[in-house]
Amino acid sequence: MAADQGVAKRGPVSAFFATRPKTRLGLLLAPPLLWLVVAYLGSIVVLLITAFWSVNGFTGAVVPTFQLGNIVSVFSEPLYREVTLRTIVVALSVTVVDAVIAFPMAFYMAKIASPRTRAFFLVAVTTPLWASYLVKAYAWRVLLEPNGPIDIITGGHSPGYGLPATVITLAYLWLPYMIIPMFAGFDRVPSSLIEASADLGASTGRTVRSIILPLVFPAVAAGSIFTFSLSLGDYIAVTIVGGKTQLLANLIYGQLVTANNQPLAAALSIVPLIAIILYLLAMRRTGALESI
Amino acid sequence: MITRTKLSAIAVAAALLVTIAGCSGGGGGGSSTSPQGNLPNIAAQKKLGAGEGKLNIIVWAGYAEDGADDPTVDWVTPFEKQTGCQVNAKTAGTSDEMVQLMRTGQYDGVSASGDATLRLIYGGDVAPVNTSLVPNYATISDFLKMKAWNSAGGKMYGIPHGWGANVLMYNPAVVTTAPDSWSAVFDKNSPYAGKITAYDSPIYIADAALYLKATDPSLGIKDPYSLTEKQLNAAVALLKTQNANVGEYWSDYTKEVEAFESGSSVIGTTWQVIANLVQSDGKAQVKTVVPKEGVTGWSDTWMIAAKAKHPNCMYQWMDWITSAKVNAQVAEWFGEAPAQTKSCAETSDPAFCDTYHATDAAYAANIHYWTTPQTACVDGSGKTDCTAYSEWTTKWQQIKG
Amino acid sequence: MEFSRGFRILLRVCMWIGLAILYIPLILIVVNSFNQSKTFSFPPTGFTLEWWIAASHSTGALNALATSIITGVGATLVALLLGTMAAFAVQRYRFFGRQTISFLVVLPITFPGIVTGLALLASFSNILGPLGVGLGIGTVIIGHATFCIVIVFNNVQARLRRLGTSLEEASADLGGTLWQTFRYVTFPSIRGALVAGALLAFALSFDEIVVTTFTAGPEVQTLPIWIFGNLFRPNQAPVVNVVAAVLTIVAIVPVWLSQRIAGDSVTSRV
Repeated sequence: MAADQGVAKRGPVSAFFATRPKTRLGLLLAPPLLWLVVAYLGSIVVLLITAFWSVNGFTGAVVPTFQLGNIVSVFSEPLYREVTLRTIVVALSVTVVDAVIAFPMAFYMAKIASPRTRAFFLVAVTTPLWASYLVKAYAWRVLLEPNGPIDIITGGHSPGYGLPATVITLAYLWLPYMIIPMFAGFDRVPSSLIEASADLGASTGRTVRSIILPLVFPAVAAGSIFTFSLSLGDYIAVTIVGGKTQLLANLIYGQLVTANNQPLAAALSIVPLIAIILYLLAMRRTGALESI
Repeated sequence: MITRTKLSAIAVAAALLVTIAGCSGGGGGGSSTSPQGNLPNIAAQKKLGAGEGKLNIIVWAGYAEDGADDPTVDWVTPFEKQTGCQVNAKTAGTSDEMVQLMRTGQYDGVSASGDATLRLIYGGDVAPVNTSLVPNYATISDFLKMKAWNSAGGKMYGIPHGWGANVLMYNPAVVTTAPDSWSAVFDKNSPYAGKITAYDSPIYIADAALYLKATDPSLGIKDPYSLTEKQLNAAVALLKTQNANVGEYWSDYTKEVEAFESGSSVIGTTWQVIANLVQSDGKAQVKTVVPKEGVTGWSDTWMIAAKAKHPNCMYQWMDWITSAKVNAQVAEWFGEAPAQTKSCAETSDPAFCDTYHATDAAYAANIHYWTTPQTACVDGSGKTDCTAYSEWTTKWQQIKG
Repeated sequence: MEFSRGFRILLRVCMWIGLAILYIPLILIVVNSFNQSKTFSFPPTGFTLEWWIAASHSTGALNALATSIITGVGATLVALLLGTMAAFAVQRYRFFGRQTISFLVVLPITFPGIVTGLALLASFSNILGPLGVGLGIGTVIIGHATFCIVIVFNNVQARLRRLGTSLEEASADLGGTLWQTFRYVTFPSIRGALVAGALLAFALSFDEIVVTTFTAGPEVQTLPIWIFGNLFRPNQAPVVNVVAAVLTIVAIVPVWLSQRIAGDSVTSRV
């Protein structure tokens, strides 16, 4: 059979492509690139251009003349600096909290649990992603309300609505996004290395510190990309549990909707964009992008 | 090489995209780049045609009830049955949202308050209304017609819907002495710190200005929407002090309902409909009061989009919502004075119109209706040193910090 | 065993604490769906099934659910196609800009939703508006597909990396056409990655609210938009709760299925 088929002619299409790897590559790359570069990046460029425009104060119509006013105010207004700092601190806190909680969980799932229970834990950890983000945030609103469950448990010391509540809620919402890459990272650590380390007499702590942590770090970085960027851009959870707190995305949304100032909103968007790109570049060096 | 050619092709496409964007001039179709004096020339519809089968409107929550909130409260379904226009009502929490939504050009009409109407008129987003096409207009209260906020250039730009005040609501179980002044929410040392609520829109600055008008005459505030730089800064300072005591701001009215019911808010500015909802839910008791310094309020107008896709349905809606029975229903549900004079005979509570002073022109004149602050002072004094709404919005974000 | 007993117990305790943290709010949601009080007072004031009954009648919720499924499937299909193509290109060929492609693909999901939404809205209004095309399901699908591509891309790329090219080369050597090779050799090997990627992409699209708000226009109501509109309404909030409870419980099925199909111990990549 196989010998016969080896003699049969290949289709003309396959023959054409067989000797033209660059055409194959081109065809494979063209649609995704078109979509991502032209459609998506193009839109971002359009947005950035509008950042240099302004609005007629009364009618709200956009005036497409180039001016630097928005960019200047974004980087000089104390309000924007303060809120940016606050947002970055929130995003980093959420990342740290999630990393701390996810680390032992991912470790356990990948290295300690038996294969059957591992499947169970994987399902258990991924399922919450399907519950609506809005309802989960609202559930925390209920948990934190005066005379609510947390108030009762802590004897009246519920943090209430504000910045701590925002960090707690965001950390909760993004936890699975940290666990999954970390699990993959732990899973990739060859058991043979761990066994070798134990054979050579290292204690558990030493093995974890010197063998596992360095190997798992890219995965942690990968997970942190999600928690950081998702927190940086969030304006809904903070409206639900944040009380009167404003984060950067609230300012952007406010300028767009309340002030009808789309150019200023676009100018403000540059801040999280820069923050994310810087963070991505930093994480790229740790090899996180390969571990996502 | 293929990759290089592809990259340059992409660059060209991107450049094209950018040029197109540059040419079309971004969002918003405003015709004027000059200040408010330039009224866009848009013609009113001449004749009423057949309904288009659909209607997209932007409404205040409670203005287009279809039975979802309370099965007995429904004036949308009868409208849909009678006219065949399927209603798609988008709820907005503030006038700012409404203006922004109207700008997208995707809606046929809006129930605009006075701080949105002029922005829409001068932005070219709404068309004048041909009142002869709306039979119920004739019997609407006269003191609502051809006012500064709903007319321009001698033409009516909408059909009045109803009006009401932003009153003070409090939980009598916590706030044991009935307050009679806005100092209850503005006092720096308020005993309710952390449980005060306020409306989340820059227009709330006018409420602070109204309070200062009574408590600090040296500032010389006459009209809360005509504030000089100095007066604005004083109001902003007051609001920054208040911000320390505020637990949450509200724009979604049901968030305020939930806040009062759960106890996270105990006192603050409100619409009557919110108090009504809290009372009917039974979980918490609330009372409302009109403080002695006076109140801001709203007088809402139904406006039709300049490029409405379903204009005939919109005209039919405007006539429906101002008919005697329906206007009475809305007014009672929302807790506001109906614009339709004939509605007073249709309310389920015979004393309703008296309670809300619906036909009392003098009372109506005492409410400081929402209007858009402009540099040319809106109090009609002719001065041009007032602060504009764009400045109010910047200050508002600074107040919230 | 390589790890001390104490350490293993510590990890197990942390695991269960973590699971508790994950599930307590979800349990609260389910409990509240039976709570008589409309404002979820705690402890629950009484037990009632009326919200479940109301939810089954809620046309708003059912329509929104249908819309979400349509947009989710649409976005997932586009993402499957484009993500797989990009993964093959990056994994099977060496070319200038390979690293950049990986970077590029990740961008849509890392940019704040509000920025993506704003940008897409600006483009749609300026480019499609003048052509008479309004915002609708199509624009929502475009928005969702854009950040779903990376999910499929990562999963397929990881799989391809482990797979190697030897099987495909053998198939070609034996005279298989491109299509035959793909259908009988490549596809079965990456099927698990495709399923895992598709499920996660669907979940992401299903729950997305920010980009959707900007790209949906007035007439499209996906489930998250419906939830957002009804979340604070005293009469509708319990129904929203029921919907969320149902979604969570029902979601166990596809997640478990994807586990089975994916086969190997390493699960989907986010």
